[in-house]
Amino acid sequence: MSAPQGRARPGPPLWLLLELTYRCPLHCVFCYNPTDFGAVGPELETRDWLRVLEEARALGAVQLGLSGGEPLVREDLETIVAAAHRLGFYTNLITSGVGLTEPRLQGLRQAGLDHIQLSFQDSTRRMNDFLSSTRTFELKSRVAELIRKYRYPMVLNVVLHRLNIDHVEEILGMAERMGAEYVELANTQYYGWAWRNREQLLPSRAQLQRAEEVTARFRERVGPRMRIFFVVPDYFETRPKPCMSGLGQIFLGIAPDGMALPCQAARMLPGLTFPNVRTASIGSIWYDSAAFNRYRGEDWMKEPCRSCPERGRDFGGCRCQAYLLTGDAANADPVCDLSPHHHLVTEAVERAERRATAPSRQPVTERPLVFRDHRNDEGTRA
Amino acid sequence: MAIIHTTVRPVIGGGFRLQWEPAQEAHVLLYPEGMVKLNQSAAAILTRCDGLRTVADIVTDLERTYAITGLTSDVCSFIAMAVERTWLELRP
Repeated sequence: MSAPQGRARPGPPLWLLLELTYRCPLHCVFCYNPTDFGAVGPELETRDWLRVLEEARALGAVQLGLSGGEPLVREDLETIVAAAHRLGFYTNLITSGVGLTEPRLQGLRQAGLDHIQLSFQDSTRRMNDFLSSTRTFELKSRVAELIRKYRYPMVLNVVLHRLNIDHVEEILGMAERMGAEYVELANTQYYGWAWRNREQLLPSRAQLQRAEEVTARFRERVGPRMRIFFVVPDYFETRPKPCMSGLGQIFLGIAPDGMALPCQAARMLPGLTFPNVRTASIGSIWYDSAAFNRYRGEDWMKEPCRSCPERGRDFGGCRCQAYLLTGDAANADPVCDLSPHHHLVTEAVERAERRATAPSRQPVTERPLVFRDHRNDEGTRA
Repeated sequence: MAIIHTTVRPVIGGGFRLQWEPAQEAHVLLYPEGMVKLNQSAAAILTRCDGLRTVADIVTDLERTYAITGLTSDVCSFIAMAVERTWLELRP
């Protein structure tokens, strides 16, 4: 999917993501959900979701992601999938697999679900035992078997970070034993809970390099029966990612409370009032709302982006990352080495380097990992 | 690229879906988290790939519909490309 250029009226929101709930049985330290998810208002009702689907489809939305939190905690997931399928969406379920029983999968198949992406997460608090955790492996194996039984391609997504990246070989071996056809090794992106835990999660360059080498060797051995994608963390790049193909170009996300977002992480961007599907139509949200128009085109750009010959390729990178690192969402994404704030990224990488090489006996100032749960929630804590 | 025999019956690959999108005024091929917008000739071929018609049937139909001849090699090379990208599967 490519994005239109300039300030012209954007095309339709081709990619609709419904974050049906922030509820989740897991507590992943790298979750991009907001760190104050407990303060987010009540979830939309089934009929609201169905109206969102109808309106978005009428505008031309065609790919549908169903995510969360864990979308399977919504008992109306099958109803939502059935409606989406009837409307002509291509439906993608993004799940941890927790709660994916055979009756539910059967129901989803009947409802017309097109695709399942099984995320491989840590379901325990014992991060270092993660790979040997039989609970995790048994759950994923059982779900993988079901997914194959209902003739879906086996697509695994594994989030990598400093604490598991050295185990890429075991992770890939596990994926192979599960019969995975596609494996995405996605390095953590630093938003939400992952941002809070960035200092603990950012790998060192050497770790990253080893993981890439292992992946390349594995790829060679298994050939085309298991396709492996390795997504390098952008902190190690010198040009930013064309985030969302530009905000408000193809992606429309709806949060559990009905807030419409041009990126899942955008809720944190200051100075924007995001519209809510409870009170506004999808058409007015997409085409007319100030929040969705804010970062369209190039008028909002500052130097060095404003005059950069590459601005049409990466759109200045990620607004959320620019805001998190520099305090101004209109700045260039500091991943770019043309950004005057690029040192903020390289310094974080250097700190990760130092932590990797520090002799283990030396007292290293470590901060504890913050698990995504209600006790640590910034919105509900007293 | 594989050589396509005119006796095989191409069908849209598993996980792919072909449909008309009014908002884009085009046929699109949908697959997990992605989409290919098809030009008219690609759409004309793919909409005929139903797993029942042979490549020869498809060529005949296209030549009749568009009142032209000599489409066999173009259609075969498109189908070969589509098979390589797993958009199409071939049935005997």
